[in-house]
Amino acid sequence: MRLLDKHAIFEKNSIILVIGILVTVSIGGLIEIAPLFYLENTIEKVEGMRPYTPLELAGRNIYVREGCYVCHSQMIRATRDEVERYGHYSLAAESMYDHPFQWGSKRNGPDLARVGNKYSDEWHRAHLTKPSSVVPETIMPGYPFLAENKLDFSQISGDIRANQIVGVPYTEEQIINASADLRAQLDEFSDDYDAFIERYPSAQARDFDGNPSEITEMDALIAYLQMLGTLVDFSLYDEQENNR
Amino acid sequence: MTYQEISSFSQSWGLVFLVIMFVAALAYALWPTNKDKFNNAAKSMLDED
Amino acid sequence: MAYQNNPPVVNRLAQSLTTACLAVGIILAVIIAGKTSSGAMQFHAFIIIASFLVGIIAIFNLGARINEDGLEASPSGVFYNNTIVKYGVIASAFWGIAGFLVGDVLAWQLAFPVLNFDLPWTNFGRLRPLHTSAVIFAFGGNVLIATSFYVVQRTCKARLAGEIAPWFVFWGYQLFIVLAATGYLLGITQSKEYAEPEWYVDLWLTIVWVVYLLVFLGTLWRRKEPHIYVANWFYLAFIVTVAMLHLVNNASVPVSFVNPKSYSAFSGVQDALTQWWYGHNAVGFFLTAGFLGIMYYFVPKRAERPIYSYRLSIVHFWSLIFLYIWAGPHHLHYTALPDWAQTLGMTFSVMLWMPSWGGMINGLMTLSGAWDKLRTDPVLKMLVVSVAFYGMSTFEGPLMSIKAVNGLSHYTDWTIGHVHSGALGWVAFVSFGALYCLTPWLWNRKGLYSLKLVNIHFWVSTVGILLYICAMWVSGIMQGLMWRAYTDLGFLEYSFVETVAAMQPYFIIRAIGGLLFIIGSLVMVYNLWRTIRGDIADEATPENIDRAIAAQALGE
Repeated sequence: MRLLDKHAIFEKNSIILVIGILVTVSIGGLIEIAPLFYLENTIEKVEGMRPYTPLELAGRNIYVREGCYVCHSQMIRATRDEVERYGHYSLAAESMYDHPFQWGSKRNGPDLARVGNKYSDEWHRAHLTKPSSVVPETIMPGYPFLAENKLDFSQISGDIRANQIVGVPYTEEQIINASADLRAQLDEFSDDYDAFIERYPSAQARDFDGNPSEITEMDALIAYLQMLGTLVDFSLYDEQENNR
Repeated sequence: MTYQEISSFSQSWGLVFLVIMFVAALAYALWPTNKDKFNNAAKSMLDED
Repeated sequence: MAYQNNPPVVNRLAQSLTTACLAVGIILAVIIAGKTSSGAMQFHAFIIIASFLVGIIAIFNLGARINEDGLEASPSGVFYNNTIVKYGVIASAFWGIAGFLVGDVLAWQLAFPVLNFDLPWTNFGRLRPLHTSAVIFAFGGNVLIATSFYVVQRTCKARLAGEIAPWFVFWGYQLFIVLAATGYLLGITQSKEYAEPEWYVDLWLTIVWVVYLLVFLGTLWRRKEPHIYVANWFYLAFIVTVAMLHLVNNASVPVSFVNPKSYSAFSGVQDALTQWWYGHNAVGFFLTAGFLGIMYYFVPKRAERPIYSYRLSIVHFWSLIFLYIWAGPHHLHYTALPDWAQTLGMTFSVMLWMPSWGGMINGLMTLSGAWDKLRTDPVLKMLVVSVAFYGMSTFEGPLMSIKAVNGLSHYTDWTIGHVHSGALGWVAFVSFGALYCLTPWLWNRKGLYSLKLVNIHFWVSTVGILLYICAMWVSGIMQGLMWRAYTDLGFLEYSFVETVAAMQPYFIIRAIGGLLFIIGSLVMVYNLWRTIRGDIADEATPENIDRAIAAQALGE
């Protein structure tokens, strides 16, 4: 019996060790991360942010799938050269609907936070298919298969529903009409266009891949790239008020 | 709770807490009666197994 | 004395419970395979069905052998579970080579982009997570599981807890690797660096990890020594903290039960900080705490001297795990993360230098009075140099976490070089040292097949590492400076692509460095294989020469 008692103390010791470790490693995370969720000035007040359209979201998923974030950041730092090279430094508000974020950590290629509307759709098509055709010294791989792959958007309303669950302010209407909205964004003369643009104000609508007969992954990816960094209206942005 | 409150709390009580934790770890490591236990642990792992 | 681990009824219970769980898993996988519209997820379901079936067969096979006579006790009278550690050694060597190879392919792709072949599954973007996961989780993870299972048994003088559970951990972990790796190639990723696997693979890893923790704790509970040896503290911190990080960072909502895609519970800035809290502590607890456990066992054991200061190791432990957890925000300097969080991260990162060097000093000084062993034992040399690399990268790290320095280094190859001085110099070298120790110990050989080959491995790989990190210092700092260079007229001097073109020579040097590192590792695999076969090379090592001289003197 004496032996058993002793053993019980040893068992407790390892549990005490585990508890000690857990307490020690929890403190940092709690103090550092938790305030970001409720301190009001974490995310700036801006005009123009809206959730992604179904087509943009599908394009974003292709961006994630192909690992674009591995070589491209979407985070312009607040330094003179970055602002001059890429545009206004990125605001936290600009990625508040990004599940997950795409800030990246390495620039084998340039930052893409404000690449939207900087190049034509034709340029993106050529660049994604064969990057060296427009930038001879580039080290970017080609993605010719994007223009050939039909976009699978059979589950798109499920994607939007999941985003709604994690906090993106999508409406029920936007979930129900996800498929129709995706098609409408590719054809500004379609019957559904008016309803679409009402649900997603200021969204760009056209056939992005130059092939109106098919909805391809190229359509979705270019739609996503062309809207990056274009939503916030910086003429209305108050820098002083949002100083953190 | 505002940012100011949190930061003043962590800069006072947080600091005290850190110092206490560090002193506790140091005391445990340097406590004279623990010396034999630690020497034993350091040496016994070298035993033939 | 016949070996008796558990009462038969316990074994039978464990057997039927595990079988039942695997059977439930098979049913779930069949449902998913039938209902999913994703070919990749269906493929994964088939892999799961096949491996669970094999698992059930193996449980019945193993069941027959549990408690059998014929197991040999160690000199101290303990029936150690060595077989699982042997499997771990082989798996580590295998995944190591695989991960290094993919890494070098990536290095050549950056130098010569035509090597991407413009196919989805050969593109840099999909291969890069394959490389990072293969080296960190497949190679590093297997080394940690194998060495922790070895160390916890020896320092507790007790057999590993459970008979099925350790095998479940080992094979379950291999399954996790296969699912993650094939997923990346098929385009299944949640894009959080070093946490790319999707929700269902994350769930599987959680189950495996909990069993791992229980096996480890269970073995600690069986120990006959009153004190838990400090190496086990580090292993325990690694297991517990990785569990916490994994659960929080992977919190997400899947599109549906039969859809591989999920959306992170967090967004934007909160998601970024959660991710780098995870990411930096994957470095701190997976690649540091776990491998410090290796250092605290294998360095004293190989040098045949107790650790320099056991007291220092305790202070080292608590201060390291406390400080590390705060360091994450240094990955987000000058970004949209609030300034107070950036400052906090920087402060703790700089403070982290102290415990890191405390650990390094403790490892290095263990050799004090026995430095001559470095002359005769290249395995010890490898272990010691790994600790030196640890010291170097843990000095460079705090330096790079200072905002002004980070402003230059971030987004460039300097970071890549820093990571690899830690990953190749510290993590891989200390692992190689442990594998060189374990192989003769486990297979009951007098020594390694050839110490000369260890020496060759050491030098070839060290030159490789130096080429790698020097090339990355130059290319990283150069690119960082080019990005911020201005002309006399006040315009940015270089376009982005000009800075890329300037890096090509360094990309080639780096790729050659990586190649040398792989060649060294292949030499190790050959050496380990010959050791397992029981061969001894006839060679003139300093020891052999000493022995020959002594024999000659005796003879005369």
